[in-house]
Amino acid sequence: MAGPDKGFSRWLLATNHKDIGILYLWFSFAMFLLGGSFAMVIRAELFQPGLQLVDPNFFNQMTTMHGLVMVFGAIMPAFVGLANYMIPIMIGAPDMALPRMNNLSFWILPFAFAILASSLFMEGGAPNFGWTFYAPLSTTYAPPSVTFFIFGVHLMGISSIMGAINIVATIFNLRAPGMTLMKMPLFVWTWLITAFLLIAVMPVLAGAVTMMLMDIHFGTSFFSAAGGGDPVLFQHIFWFFGHPEVYIIILPAFGVVSEIIPTFSRKPLFGYASMVYATAAIAFLSFIVWAHHMFTVGMPLVGELYFMWATMLIAVPTAAKVFNWITTMFKGALTFETPMLFCIAFVFLFTLGGLTGLMLAIAPADMQYHDSYFVVAHFHYTMVAGAIFSISASVYYWLPKWTGRMYNETMGKVHFWIAFIGFNLTFFPQHFLGLAGMPRRIPDYSIQFADFNMISSIGAFTYGLAQLIFLFNIIRTIYFGEKTTEEQTWESARGLEWTLPSPLPFHTFERPPAIK
Amino acid sequence: MTKKGIVALSALISTLSLSLPGLANVERFETNMTESITDVGKEIYDIHMLVFWICVAAGILVFLFMLYTIIKYRKSNGHKPATFHENTAVEITWTVIPLIILLGMAWPASKTLIKIYDTSEADMDILITGYQWKWRYEYLTNDENDNVSFFSVLSTPQDEIHNIDPKNNNYLLEVDKPLVLPVNKKVRFLITANDVIHAWWVPALAVKKDAIPGFVNETWATPKETGIYRGQCAELCGKDHGFMPIVVDIRSEEDFNAWLKEEQAKAAEIKALTSKVFSMKELYDEGEKVYQKACLACHGANGEGGIGKAIAKSAIAMGDINTHMDVIVNGVPGTAMQAFGSQLTDVELAAVTTFQRNAFGNNMNETVQPIDIYNLKQGQ
Repeated sequence: MAGPDKGFSRWLLATNHKDIGILYLWFSFAMFLLGGSFAMVIRAELFQPGLQLVDPNFFNQMTTMHGLVMVFGAIMPAFVGLANYMIPIMIGAPDMALPRMNNLSFWILPFAFAILASSLFMEGGAPNFGWTFYAPLSTTYAPPSVTFFIFGVHLMGISSIMGAINIVATIFNLRAPGMTLMKMPLFVWTWLITAFLLIAVMPVLAGAVTMMLMDIHFGTSFFSAAGGGDPVLFQHIFWFFGHPEVYIIILPAFGVVSEIIPTFSRKPLFGYASMVYATAAIAFLSFIVWAHHMFTVGMPLVGELYFMWATMLIAVPTAAKVFNWITTMFKGALTFETPMLFCIAFVFLFTLGGLTGLMLAIAPADMQYHDSYFVVAHFHYTMVAGAIFSISASVYYWLPKWTGRMYNETMGKVHFWIAFIGFNLTFFPQHFLGLAGMPRRIPDYSIQFADFNMISSIGAFTYGLAQLIFLFNIIRTIYFGEKTTEEQTWESARGLEWTLPSPLPFHTFERPPAIK
Repeated sequence: MTKKGIVALSALISTLSLSLPGLANVERFETNMTESITDVGKEIYDIHMLVFWICVAAGILVFLFMLYTIIKYRKSNGHKPATFHENTAVEITWTVIPLIILLGMAWPASKTLIKIYDTSEADMDILITGYQWKWRYEYLTNDENDNVSFFSVLSTPQDEIHNIDPKNNNYLLEVDKPLVLPVNKKVRFLITANDVIHAWWVPALAVKKDAIPGFVNETWATPKETGIYRGQCAELCGKDHGFMPIVVDIRSEEDFNAWLKEEQAKAAEIKALTSKVFSMKELYDEGEKVYQKACLACHGANGEGGIGKAIAKSAIAMGDINTHMDVIVNGVPGTAMQAFGSQLTDVELAAVTTFQRNAFGNNMNETVQPIDIYNLKQGQ
């Protein structure tokens, strides 16, 4: 078996799942810092009332680019990277099923984001209509760069669909003999379901942006009432993609947490089967609740009632998952290394985000929460404390296995505590701001919101600082970390990756392992 | 965070934010939803609090269980891990109990939702139209001629926004002309938009509804208290989304009726003035004077252009008459062409438009009457 190429061609021509996983992870980290710097601009402008640093149009570009870069550039590719790196190993496969397509799915991404980011330097500026790009603000009234945005989204979609097909093909075809579906680690299960969600909804997003393209350049009126179209149609299509999309982001996070909590509880995951069923149930429900993002759009009463009831149902499988994680810890022998700290914080903060989600499901109350900072607080509890915390946890958890070197535990804990405090300082006061009536996506606010906004900005800078510690710790580990060669890093971690040496050889499981 | 840290941080925050003038006079650290002045709004508030307390209770139970586990079952306490990993009865229980709690929430929530959609006959109708970036209100009456309409625009001075002057208590929540409503009357709001999607949100009325171009949404409110209530646009609608507030002035029925009568009289007066038809010569002569004082500096004595575009033989002055009026009244955003709509009277605007269409060899032989300008300004 050949080793890796030397120099840049190792990465450009990569077909090895580990190399592609590394590419995805570094790319997503770069995007995380870029999207984070946009957030810093937002919070700096909102530090005090009045316009200080940026003009309102640039502020809108920042909120839009922050959302797009974080969702499509940071979180999704990070989980695809983890999937690439870990799924073949977890199921005892030598590599991904479609290695060349794997290379293409990654290398599309830098170009997609180069196109998107280049719009910042174009005449008229970058997209400024929010990451939800509601028509007609994103069509008739959009800056010319919207066309670049559309092609960028198309490329991201193609990349995601290819990545998802690859994951499905790998899981269905390359499992080691004896690795039955119900023996697969939960991370593999959640990704299998996520991959199906991606294949189902990314084409819907592609359809939405194509209709925008037609409206802008070819004289159609899909989203313009003046030509017989319907601006609300856009929202239905967008959220038919958008709601499954938020579970695309959170389901792999559930998977990661379900791997890490048992390790540091020294006890098997509680309710494995019900975790699988709950994941499937959440995925199914995600397709039939989209219009709960649109309670103020003027739907008929029966529509409102239906979407409220259906949305409330999501609380049932989600609650089951939370109970399962805590019961896994119950009567275990807990230790609190950095990955475990992030996972415990995940369970705590994601539950808070879930509870505010339940409040948002209540249609009559949602009519007041809608488009306020309450919503901003809610989804950052699920996106940041959910997805980003779980990604941080996985990096610390598997870094010794990937690099053969141990990260600095003290620095990891410092990162965790600064991130935890900074995160809550940023987003907890935003619940209050939203309830008190502050709309989202505004560059300036009336003075009764001044105190909480200032706290929130201080928290955001703190959280941003924590990520630099994270970056430093990773780089330090790769070059100077204490060497570790043992197979079992964490004393009682289960799963096939812990039967392999550290660092992982370039090729693993060239012969399938025996599954007990 | 340590106690010392908390003290230091709160000291820092109060120093920084207290340096803002006026902050001493507003309600600070408001943490909950605005209490409504409508019956339905009070019910919404109650639902919000009910669900909130259920969530608090659920959260406390879950987090106590978690905290107990974290404290009790540490490896450092010498605890040996158990090996159990499923229990069907427990798993069914914690599926069924949340379902029952959800039913308990869904029932009152559905009842309130149905009340929000109470479509019974309202006492009055207001047409609300969202524009980038202002609101237009029209009081609909049985006779179209009695309708009163006006734009409501942010009145916070630019110097306050740009931190030159101290900010007043109603910073960004004040308009030149509020929506006036009578107390104890059921009002139907018909909400639409002229350009992009906006959303009309007044927390005290518990009303938030999207204003969608090409669609008319309806929603209702029966305010039970007089006073001034403030809100904002809630749907991202472009650059000045954060600068199109809503102010509702709720008055006693007599005060409201008196106000409406006065507005109707004013509207009739303006209409009478503007409905006078002028001859071409009158408009041309008046327009020439206006041109010299308002246009000449940029567009030249013979309409040859300069800082501004040429008017002689121009596509605008010889093109669609409505576009021409629109350019003069509303200006061209992002260019040196200002909006003259509020600087000149309707008669002057009509005259100068007529002049431009007929002078400098344009010879369109068309007049623009003040009523045309009036209608354009009213968004008709």
